[in-house]
Amino acid sequence: MKRRDFFKTSIGGGIAAGAALKMGGFDKLWSSAPSAAKYDMVAVMGGNPDAMFDLGIQELGGMGTFVQKGQKVLIKPNIGWDVIPDLGANTNPFLVKRIIEHCFKAGAKEVYVFDHTCDNWVNCYSNSGIEKAAKSAGAKVVPANSESYYQQIEIPGGIKLQKAKVHQLLLETDVFINVPVLKDHNSTRMTCCLKNTMGIVWDRGYWHSNNLNQCIADYALYEKKPALNVIDCYTVMVKHGPQGVSKEDVVSMKSQILTTDWVAGDAAAAKMLGVAVEKIEYIPIAHKMGLGNMNLDTLNIKRIKM
Amino acid sequence: MSSSILRRIRIVFSTLVFIFFVLVFVDFKSLIPANYINTLMFLQFVPSVLKFYDLKILASGGFLVILLLTLITGRTYCSFLCPLGIGQDLNSRIGGRIKKKFRRYGFKRPFTILRYTILAATLIVTIVWGVYMITLLDPYSIFARFMTCFAKPVIIMINNFLAGILGKFDIYTLSNVPVKGFPLIVYTIPAAFFILVGALSLTKGRLYCNMFCPVGTFLGLISKISLFRIKFNETACTRCGRCAIRCKSSCIDFLKYDVDITRCVSCFNCIHTCQDNAISFGIVNFKKKVHETDESKRKVIVGSLLLLFGLSRVSNGQDKTAPKPKKESTVKENRTCPVCPPGGVGIADFNKDCIACSLCINACPNGVLQPAYKQYGIAGILQPVMDYHKSFCTYNCTKCTEICPTNALHPLLLEAKKLTQIGKAKFIKDNCIVKTEKTACGACSEACPTKACQMIPYEGNLVIPEVTEDICIGCGHCEFACPAAPYKSIFVDGNTVHVAAKKPENVKSEIKTPVEFPF
Repeated sequence: MKRRDFFKTSIGGGIAAGAALKMGGFDKLWSSAPSAAKYDMVAVMGGNPDAMFDLGIQELGGMGTFVQKGQKVLIKPNIGWDVIPDLGANTNPFLVKRIIEHCFKAGAKEVYVFDHTCDNWVNCYSNSGIEKAAKSAGAKVVPANSESYYQQIEIPGGIKLQKAKVHQLLLETDVFINVPVLKDHNSTRMTCCLKNTMGIVWDRGYWHSNNLNQCIADYALYEKKPALNVIDCYTVMVKHGPQGVSKEDVVSMKSQILTTDWVAGDAAAAKMLGVAVEKIEYIPIAHKMGLGNMNLDTLNIKRIKM
Repeated sequence: MSSSILRRIRIVFSTLVFIFFVLVFVDFKSLIPANYINTLMFLQFVPSVLKFYDLKILASGGFLVILLLTLITGRTYCSFLCPLGIGQDLNSRIGGRIKKKFRRYGFKRPFTILRYTILAATLIVTIVWGVYMITLLDPYSIFARFMTCFAKPVIIMINNFLAGILGKFDIYTLSNVPVKGFPLIVYTIPAAFFILVGALSLTKGRLYCNMFCPVGTFLGLISKISLFRIKFNETACTRCGRCAIRCKSSCIDFLKYDVDITRCVSCFNCIHTCQDNAISFGIVNFKKKVHETDESKRKVIVGSLLLLFGLSRVSNGQDKTAPKPKKESTVKENRTCPVCPPGGVGIADFNKDCIACSLCINACPNGVLQPAYKQYGIAGILQPVMDYHKSFCTYNCTKCTEICPTNALHPLLLEAKKLTQIGKAKFIKDNCIVKTEKTACGACSEACPTKACQMIPYEGNLVIPEVTEDICIGCGHCEFACPAAPYKSIFVDGNTVHVAAKKPENVKSEIKTPVEFPF
């Protein structure tokens, strides 16, 4: 018997009933049509992370386009590493905070933040500054360090990845906002929107040993897709990624990309990093699988300089 | 009943000490600061002796305080400060509740030969070979291992149960902590002691302390010249025998008005129970005693020599056999040396100072420290060893080095720890996913905090790891992350002596801050 099952069965009747009420929204998987937004992508440059987000989301019609009143929102930043914000290994905490504030303004009932970290999760959550920032904005910062938080899902059509265990909050929330930080990556050359999903699943090792690039693209098939991707390109790790060694590895790019199409987001991010899109194998794979559009010329992009 | 205040002080004080000890060992969230723990450990006899021997500074001379205390008040340490002793008192109390017989002790003859043999053997083994026997018999370490092996998992399970319930209500103040057990064999020694100490204390009071414990025996010897003792007022005494029955150490021979000071742990129960005010704790009147030759002393020497002879066989056997081969035919890691924690300086140095109390194993936020069972050989059994299949050593942490009570792990500043090479990563190309599957992986390089493990061009668009050993610190994150099985394609081979790693060099990137969008 798994521990989670044990909990479920051993909790008394009253609590179970309460929990069942709580879980009422469980089967109401995210289904609302994404955005009647004016643009496919909004790129902002030259401001602080929070100010750039204010502008960008406004161009997309405000957070109300993505979050309805009373909905539960999951914000998934990259909190993978036990380093300070200046080193660019994790999503900028001010950006995370600002997104949460917009969600609540749009009427979100609850906002959750988690990441399945690579380093010790307690240190990652605190040293990244994200725990404090997210809590101060009223979000719930949720642990993801134990298998008991994960649930099995199916990915029909996945070539290498047909099953995965995902964090239960992905299933229990109504809206998923993906907030990766753009970084160099030693193996896949870049980590951004698609690769950020490795922090949603429990068994990353399976991806690594079963064609990493294909698994990254396969996961994007899963029905619970992000309503919005906010790419943090403020402090960008351009080498020694995804962890970095020192501040020599980062370049201040003071940019941000907001998009509903995560393949397009990754394609734009690759250009920011100066890497040919084709070199980042999972992008063309995902494009071919119809998961998004990597041809930026065919998209309606709004570019803003502050 | 006038002096029962002493007993009350003892109970309150020892309860506080005990609670604090338990808290330190079940503190799975590392909430208790290192300096609090160090203060508590200062007065633990064996750890303090070893630390003093290592550092030779007065700041680590807690045992001197204990010696002085013993000279003045007898074995107060055993009742007031020893967590195993206090735990036994608690257990005796429970025993008394279960069966009245269990709390009726009465005078018994001491196990003189056994206890002095154990003390002598422990001393000689420690001086000649090292800490191996102390590791087994130090009461603090025994208690510590009980906590680590049995109490902490229970606390974590309770926490997980509560975290599960709170999680249902969307409250995440408690988080689930995965319980990672040790290899089963590790539990055998603590379990054996748990049964022994538990059974004896449940039914026979402090018999363990007076039969086996070398610290108890040693302090008992010193007590022979202690200043304050339990005294009889022979005129007031009605020889009712209540004191002897209440004496956990079974050391009061009321018919002779005699208290065996080597076994008395100054619990003051006798004073409390005496209805005639015939017993008190006060300055001793030295009586002249007839000197008797002790036949048993000779037996002690013979016995300890026998024990030593037997033990020398055991303690020298360094078992370096590799892990059991598995069915799959990939390349086996060639581990030549276990990895000992940072601050250990080197395997030999570490093995001779560590008493396997498991405090560091408990404190490690990543759970990478595991009790050894064969890695260091029998001599280093239960000492902490880095297990990179369980976890890895987190880069920004020096916790284990801060709290070691014997200085087996020297304190390291974070900057020094980041440059302490405890082992070196070895890459086995034939096991690597990139070679065997011809797909991208890079889990090892991703995890490497110094980029000693970097990806270099391989076939086509693929990249494959390469290790620069001199900047590797042996943290094991690469080995932990490597998905190859059953044999890893990268593993850390320990350094027999820790060395300084080179600082990773880094140059500013040529990529400039953009002024235009590149798309």
